[in-house]
Amino acid sequence: MAVITRGFGGRRRDDTDLPPGQYRTDDFPVLSAGPTPRINLDQWELAVVTETGERSTWSWPEFTALPADEPTVDIHCVTHWSKFGTRWRGVSVDTLLADVESAAEYVVAHSYGGYTTNIPLEDLLDGQAWVAYEFDGEPLVPVHGGPARLLVPHLYFWKSAKWLRALELRLDDDPGFWETAGYHNYGDPWREQRYRAD
Amino acid sequence: MSTTNLEADEAPWVDGNALAGPLGEILGTDLTVAELTCAGCRTTRPLAAMRVFDRAPGLVARCPGCEDVVMRVVRTASRVLVDLRGALVLSLPVPTA
Repeated sequence: MAVITRGFGGRRRDDTDLPPGQYRTDDFPVLSAGPTPRINLDQWELAVVTETGERSTWSWPEFTALPADEPTVDIHCVTHWSKFGTRWRGVSVDTLLADVESAAEYVVAHSYGGYTTNIPLEDLLDGQAWVAYEFDGEPLVPVHGGPARLLVPHLYFWKSAKWLRALELRLDDDPGFWETAGYHNYGDPWREQRYRAD
Repeated sequence: MSTTNLEADEAPWVDGNALAGPLGEILGTDLTVAELTCAGCRTTRPLAAMRVFDRAPGLVARCPGCEDVVMRVVRTASRVLVDLRGALVLSLPVPTA
């Protein structure tokens, strides 16, 4: 069966599409800093919390009823693998923040299981980031972050927090799990920002 | 001997002996005889009893009782960082002369 991957016009991908220090894989490696949380969809909730403490929340039926995008993107893990043309379905962060009033410049993504990662708010806006709940046409499996994960493909993939529970909008930056343990605060793969001193 | 879990739908971990090599290399001591007290549940266990998630950007050791993170080890381009905020006490036997 012919496979047509949208997003790069049929051009054959080669190493010029790889950020420095990366190799291409067709697998989808599972990386995890802890046990895989199992979240029942009837108990799942996604929250956006502003710097004043105002909360917007979505149940699973509410969240999946929001307008969704189907981005096809390359992803780059800080452990040196990259995967081209990954297909997702998810809600743009722009949609989640459309009615939220905030002066925040930073976001901390909080996961079920306790993981956190920090991202400048501007990196989540203007069609750059999603909360994804399908991969390759199937519901996102737990080991890859299901029911729903953050997807920020222009940064190293540790920023795309699995098992997303909340986006905390903040006036100040607050480094997350890997950012406090030696990894770069921003994590741009094209500038090879792997570690804090890079 | 080491312990692992290898269920396909679960994130894999290995036992705390996986920390002994990288930590021994930088600290110059045998850490297989170390004990750690978890800051979460305050239980003291041998380092070897910890569950180490090693398929990650660093080594993440978790308490087998409460699953809190007790230690993180990250090797950057030029340094090794050992984060012990999840451990109340690291206990080592006094070396014999």
